Amino acid sequence: MPEATAIPPILEVAPKGRPDSPMSIAYRAFRRHRIGMLGFWLLMALYLLVILGDFIAPYDPDNQVRELQWSPPTGIHFSDAAGTSIRPFVYPYRNEIDENFNVKQVQDRTQRCYVRFFTQGDEHRFLGILPTKVRLFGVDKPVNAGTENFARIYLMGADISGRDIFSRICYGSRISMTIGLIGSSLVLVIGLLIGGISGYVGGMTDNILQRLCEAVMLLPGFYLLLMLRFVFPSDMDSVTVYFAVVTILALVGWPGLARVIRGMVLSIRGRDYIQAARAVGISPLPIIIRHVLPNTMGYVIVSVTLSIPGYILGESALSLLGLGIMEPTPSWGNMLQNAMDIVELDQHPWVLWPGLFIFLAVMGFNMVGDGLRDALDPKQVHGAKQ
Amino acid sequence: MRAYIIRRLFFASILILLSTVVSFAILKLSPGKAGREDINPRMSQEYVLQQERLFGLNRSPVTQYFTWLGVMHCVKAEEPRGILQGDLGLSIKYKQPVSTVIVSRLPATLWLNVITILFTWFVAIPLGIWAAVRQYRWPDKLLSGMSFTGMSMPSFFMALILLWIFASHLQWLPPGGLRSLDHSELGFWGGMLDFAKHLIVPVVVLTFGALAGLQRITRGNMLEVLREQYITTARAKGLSESRVIYKHALRNAINPLVTILGFEFAGLFGGAALLENVINYPGMGQLILEALRAKDQSLVMSTFLIGSVMLVLGNLFAELLLAWVDPRVSYA
Repeated sequence: MPEATAIPPILEVAPKGRPDSPMSIAYRAFRRHRIGMLGFWLLMALYLLVILGDFIAPYDPDNQVRELQWSPPTGIHFSDAAGTSIRPFVYPYRNEIDENFNVKQVQDRTQRCYVRFFTQGDEHRFLGILPTKVRLFGVDKPVNAGTENFARIYLMGADISGRDIFSRICYGSRISMTIGLIGSSLVLVIGLLIGGISGYVGGMTDNILQRLCEAVMLLPGFYLLLMLRFVFPSDMDSVTVYFAVVTILALVGWPGLARVIRGMVLSIRGRDYIQAARAVGISPLPIIIRHVLPNTMGYVIVSVTLSIPGYILGESALSLLGLGIMEPTPSWGNMLQNAMDIVELDQHPWVLWPGLFIFLAVMGFNMVGDGLRDALDPKQVHGAKQ
Repeated sequence: MRAYIIRRLFFASILILLSTVVSFAILKLSPGKAGREDINPRMSQEYVLQQERLFGLNRSPVTQYFTWLGVMHCVKAEEPRGILQGDLGLSIKYKQPVSTVIVSRLPATLWLNVITILFTWFVAIPLGIWAAVRQYRWPDKLLSGMSFTGMSMPSFFMALILLWIFASHLQWLPPGGLRSLDHSELGFWGGMLDFAKHLIVPVVVLTFGALAGLQRITRGNMLEVLREQYITTARAKGLSESRVIYKHALRNAINPLVTILGFEFAGLFGGAALLENVINYPGMGQLILEALRAKDQSLVMSTFLIGSVMLVLGNLFAELLLAWVDPRVSYA
């Protein structure tokens, strides 16, 4: 009996039609990779924040209430002395001066300001196109709204200027979540170009390009990053700074990829199947596209994915040191500047929230990179649990 | 072997020379003039010009580079000495020899990094072995989760969290820096304790970050070696499992790590630069940022030079060490 059931399953499910392409095999392997999929959904959630950022954020990033400086995360209530409500509500704040002449934020517990969904808020462009005032949520204005009474919903508290940290995280996601994609595509182009030329042309060109790569790689990375930053003037508008930072990060990152691509081009160029393809009479371009590139693709995809955290961290580090994206434009890095005063930090620890988002973004890319590496590794036996 | 070392050092010195050209070119690309940071309107024009002459800033960039390098001194004896004569030049910002400035900051950075590396290696390698031996069981899964966190945790964020909890909230540790205000009154042991307290947060942060990578690499190497046929042979002839792992497998699994040790040597110098700036630790990382802000070119160039020399020496040292521990490797 056991012998009869031991027929290899391959014979039962004979392939119908075309055999699976390497990419579809890799896709299925990735779908089975638990950490990779977790990272994928994490990144999807963060990119949703990028796309719908201004709809999800209750306030404009520059919308500030000076009186609510360092305001703690707003308490959301469902019941008070007057009874229970299904609709959540918050209490408005009022500034009072105590006996030591310190300004204190005092909750006005006599009135409820209800949380409303799809309510009118600061104007923004939905998906960057449609001008609208509708935001995902907001709170009612207090009865005696004016210069002294404020009802705000600050899910993650307020920063030094009384701006909503959660809203600024939503807007800041655009910088951190795109800088890696743009930076690594830039490095990919430089790396493919220089590595390809170096490996394909060889000789003197190869020698010069490789020595240049090595000379750049000899410089301590973070020092080089700082030095390149000072090539750009310090007073630039935030869009220019963004592209300057991308350029800087790409200039630090290209030699690594260029060297690896050169090595791969060299090794693939000499393989038997390329010789065979040439012998059959296929012209060079189809050989490169059909046979050389697909073989570097797996490595390139993995290394590009795993390089993205470097860009996210590089931007955050520069912004944290006041050399990157400048106030008032929010970025996760420059928001953390609020946390640099350690002695005062205990009075407003919620300014650390942006750091958690940097961590999540970096982890997301690391997880996806890990999953892709396993899925694209041709040596890995797919389906068999190791 | 000696010929190999000499050849390597010869090519490395050319490469280092090229890298100084790259860094000098980048430095000269940046706008603004060196040393202008601390010039105020009360200073006379003559004084400014005299300062520029003193630091050689009135000359062409190419001449400035060769002066720094010491080529000019070789040509004319009255020119200032340069790198080739073993002189790192004058710092514009600090008005002191660059070597004095660097020596005053270097120990803090070296202490931090040496302690971190010791901690990392003594913890990471045993953990890597432990995870490999228990592959896919709970200790391995726990460690791989931890190393994912460690790899993804930005050092500045972890430092800020630790400082919030232990310095700001509980007030057990100082809020960054290297010494307390009353450091000089604490005596020897009190002073040492004060240093140690300041080092806890940066060392923990750097160790946690470095641990992740090293633990994963050790685990990977170990797993690869455990699949080798001679391990099967060793098990088949009835050796105890601990003997198989620690005598047969470990020795070969450790070899690739020697290469990493070379990189660690280079990291001694600039590895903690960002963290130093975030926690206000007066080491090389802060120094280079100040030097770049002031466009203090001798200081910047010399710091970069030391960094690249350490990378080259670290790699060479690692290669020689690898040849020494692994008889299969030879550079003859």
